[in-house]
Amino acid sequence: MYNFAYHRPRTLAEATQLLAANEDAKLLAGGQTFIPTLKQRLAQPSDLVDLSAIAELRGIREEGGGLTIGATTPHAEVAASEVVRRVVPALADLAETIGDTQVRNLGTLGGSISNNDPAADYPAGLVGLGATVRTSKREIAAEDFFTGMFETALAEDEIVTAVHFPKPEKAAYAKFPNPASRYAIVGVFVARTAGGVRVAVTGAGPCVFRARELENALSADFAPEAVEGVSVSADGLNEDIHASAEYRAHLIKVMAKRAVAAAG
Amino acid sequence: MAEKGIGAAVPRKEDHRFVTGHGRYTDDINLPNQTHAVFVRSPHAHARITRIDKESALAVPGVIAVFTGADAQADGLGSLICGWMVRSRDGSDMKAAPHPVLAVDRVRYVGDPVAVVIAETLQQARDGAEALEVEYEELPAVTSVDRAHDGPLVHDDVPNNLIYDWELGDAAAVDAAFAKAARVVTQEHVQNRLVPNALEPRAAIGSYDAGSEEFTLYLTSQNPHVHRLVMSAFVAVAPEHKLRVVAPDVGGGFGSKIFIYNEECVVTWASRKIGGRPVKWREERSEAFLCDCHGRDHVTKAELALDAEGNFLALRVTTKANLGAYMSTFSSAVPTYLYATLLAGQYRTPAIYANVRAYYTNTTPVDAYRGAGRPEASFLLETLIDKAAREMGIDRAEIRRRNFIPKDAFPYQTPVALTYDTGDYEATLDRALELADYKGFPARKAEAERRGKLRGIGISCYIEACGIAPSQVAISLGAGVGLWESARIRCTHTGKVQVLTGAHSHGQGHETTFSQLVAEKLGVPYEDVEVIHGDTASTPIGMGTYGSRSLAVGGEAIMRACDKIIAKGAKIAAHLLEASEADIEFEAGVFRVKGTDKQKTIQEVIFTAYVPASYPEGVEPGMDESAFFDPPNFTYPAGTYVCEVEVDPETGTVSIETFVAVDDFGRVINPMVVEGQVHGGLAQGIGQALLEGAVYDDSGQLLTGSYMDYCMPRADDLPSFEVHTSPGTPTATNSMGVKGCGEAGAIGAPAAVINALTDAIGQRVEMPATPERVWRAIRTSSMPQAAE
Ligand SMILES: Cc1cc2nc3c(=O)[nH]c(=O)nc-3n(C[C@H](O)[C@H](O)[C@H](O)COP(=O)(O)OP(=O)(O)OC[C@H]3O[C@@H](n4cnc5c(N)ncnc54)[C@H](O)[C@@H]3O)c2cc1C
Repeated sequence: MYNFAYHRPRTLAEATQLLAANEDAKLLAGGQTFIPTLKQRLAQPSDLVDLSAIAELRGIREEGGGLTIGATTPHAEVAASEVVRRVVPALADLAETIGDTQVRNLGTLGGSISNNDPAADYPAGLVGLGATVRTSKREIAAEDFFTGMFETALAEDEIVTAVHFPKPEKAAYAKFPNPASRYAIVGVFVARTAGGVRVAVTGAGPCVFRARELENALSADFAPEAVEGVSVSADGLNEDIHASAEYRAHLIKVMAKRAVAAAG
Repeated sequence: MAEKGIGAAVPRKEDHRFVTGHGRYTDDINLPNQTHAVFVRSPHAHARITRIDKESALAVPGVIAVFTGADAQADGLGSLICGWMVRSRDGSDMKAAPHPVLAVDRVRYVGDPVAVVIAETLQQARDGAEALEVEYEELPAVTSVDRAHDGPLVHDDVPNNLIYDWELGDAAAVDAAFAKAARVVTQEHVQNRLVPNALEPRAAIGSYDAGSEEFTLYLTSQNPHVHRLVMSAFVAVAPEHKLRVVAPDVGGGFGSKIFIYNEECVVTWASRKIGGRPVKWREERSEAFLCDCHGRDHVTKAELALDAEGNFLALRVTTKANLGAYMSTFSSAVPTYLYATLLAGQYRTPAIYANVRAYYTNTTPVDAYRGAGRPEASFLLETLIDKAAREMGIDRAEIRRRNFIPKDAFPYQTPVALTYDTGDYEATLDRALELADYKGFPARKAEAERRGKLRGIGISCYIEACGIAPSQVAISLGAGVGLWESARIRCTHTGKVQVLTGAHSHGQGHETTFSQLVAEKLGVPYEDVEVIHGDTASTPIGMGTYGSRSLAVGGEAIMRACDKIIAKGAKIAAHLLEASEADIEFEAGVFRVKGTDKQKTIQEVIFTAYVPASYPEGVEPGMDESAFFDPPNFTYPAGTYVCEVEVDPETGTVSIETFVAVDDFGRVINPMVVEGQVHGGLAQGIGQALLEGAVYDDSGQLLTGSYMDYCMPRADDLPSFEVHTSPGTPTATNSMGVKGCGEAGAIGAPAAVINALTDAIGQRVEMPATPERVWRAIRTSSMPQAAE
């Protein structure tokens, strides 16, 4: 780690101001990604703005029939939330699959989506449910938020404050974890919503994406068998020591099938 | 059996301090005025160092000194050594290239230490290390043992990177047996490279006292005296009598803390160079991945000749072993004397021949890792036998039974140098099959099939040679040291007993087990026994802990020192009781005149030895006895493991449903400690089979350099083990009848898992059998599939 100035603001306004005032200031949420990055000296921020004391950023509530989850809400809280279980149980299930107990107790929704790890789970949940990301400046549709590998639409001085999830008719998440990291080698979030069927895939490509062929097939028939006939291309999918692109393409189908079966 | 004596599952003494945070590891130690060291390591697998600009680091605030390989050389520091001479079949010595403590001119693997930066604080040492300018000219690298022979030279004077081309066994007899065989079964396989991953990373604090000219080294070591010996006799850091090595609590080793590494030599030397301030170093986990010696990494071809009934006639093995960029301390012995000598397994194969070629590559050095050679041998044999059974249509338990060394044939001389002590292989097999309900397997398979799962069962009958080693045998085979063990029993005025052992505990629970031994042997309360280990200043010279030797060798030294205590006590008791020494008997802590009620407790006798008011003539005061034990033979634990797996054919995921282990460890001192050792070994063996594997890219970068990519087994990857230790056949190699249990799990498990998987999907998959590998195998397998 290099030296930095540490701040723990109590309000969002204060945090925004600190971020704007210091050019190399960075936000700290659960620290599950950022602390290791600092320890390995891969980042050298002048200031660290810890979001954990800002009450308005944390918490889960029902809103407009759907859910609004504050940016600093840890994964464990989402997984254990009765509200989430009732309104979008698939999201609680997704949060339950993230990392291990320690990671879930500290890692946050805002940190996860701002980091946009290509193998993270939440991006699939957001895109699959057609969620809206709320920031200190604006609202951004999930699909526009995730722009590339570890890249988002966030500006340097912008803070994610919450995510709003509309309630789907049916939804489920199926994840094939990397045995080592337990991140997703492939994660597929399937939702039947008022606006149609959405299938969001994480882990398989450089960034979360919607699998249109699967969406088309499932729009016609929302059943596991409907997935069988679809061919998922391996083009452009990730390839590493854990899984080839071909295997990932195969897993997309298997996980989609399982998610549809679980959605019921 | 005393309540806390031999055979009792006494809770471990050491656990209280560990679980309450009172353990004292090297990194917990901070010496006054200490400085901090960070090593600058090669980012390249193979390169020439063209320039090092020390000034760049010395300019950083807080940096005290920067040392390079040239400095170490100029100061007369020698090379790290490989302490076991292996000769090629043409009679030539192995080609051990120099291994400087800091690289000189060339770097040979990613992580090779190039310089050390010493500063007031760790942060400043890091700043200095980051600022140090080192220029390299990259050279082509070779990482895989398959390409080593024709690859770029790692050491210019080692042609073909070939360290040795060694053989064992009777090639002519094997050829003759193959010529008349009804069936020959062949297999080529890879022994995946493993990273040991002890919970505690390595650490060292070197400290020089200019007044006494003594060096003290606190170190994560499995064998402090071996460290002292090599560091003084070969690396010339300090004279042996002026170097104290202390290995305090050590958080796991699995072999990786046996070896004498660069860093401990450098910090000890550097402390003197900077005027005597202590120099502390603790590796990062990512350094541990790069720099702690790895394990395994073989490519092997094995052929088994059988007659028409499935009797083994001969075995022929060709192995290429990757030893990495330099030869580590015991590296040469692992793929030779700890491997090929075990190729008879539990079977009476009459003729065996092995040829092993060891190579340098631009990778982390490879040395002993839990099991060391024996897992490689056991895996080879047990998977090959399964293949033979499948090809010949013989039941896999039956083919083993047909070839077992019968229980009345012990001691049994194998064709590969060893003489097995005792065993009843059929009994362990029978028990394991019964516990695993082998007969009921077809029904379970059918039930799994209805759920769309492929189920398989696998058997592995392993053997290992433990309790290394009879010194004369080891030395005649090339060992540079004897492998006896030492003990000293020091009784105090108040009848307490201090046990000083040359063995070292880094998780094995010696403080408990050795206390039980002594409590039972001397008849003193378990609580009155204290085990002291790990400090060359207080313990007798010993060879340390590895190769499941602590109890079989070190424990026996303790028993013999106790015998001397009892013998001396008998003299004193005879005097006090006014009887003849011949009439004194000793039992359960009491010296008694045979056939009378005249007696003295051992505490009374010990007190008399220190306060000799009335004392036998010619007997020295005090009660403090030492013993060294050199075993007449190895011990040979053996057992049968039965594993049942289920495979998800859609994803290739393997889950272990049940795992039964029946081990013959001879006599068991503490069944709970033994079970714990087996659990850990099984976890590592299952890790090797399904999860773990170090992967280098062609340029020599370690792709599995963190837990994000290197998969250590976790609790939820493992089933609830069923572990049994009887029926046992006590060894005659030591008076306790114990064989050793530390490595068995890691030795026997990989084949059990892979055989089960092969049974499930109809095809063997290389380790680690990752989901994608299994999925691909299923797609190409001819077996009927349950789903899809
Ligand atoms: C061992 C391990 C296993 C894991 N497994 C999984 C897994 O299976 N699936 C998965 O999805 N994830 C996994 N993670 C990631 C983890 O769940 C966290 O979500 C992730 O590390 C980031 O969240 P955080 O709250 O810790 O953010 P931090 O690490 O604190 O921050 C991450 C980045 O986001 C920025 N940031 C944080 N909050 C905000 C905000 N409100 N607005 C704008 N920018 C912000 C920070 O500046 C930083 O750049 C794992 C992590 C670890 C360490």
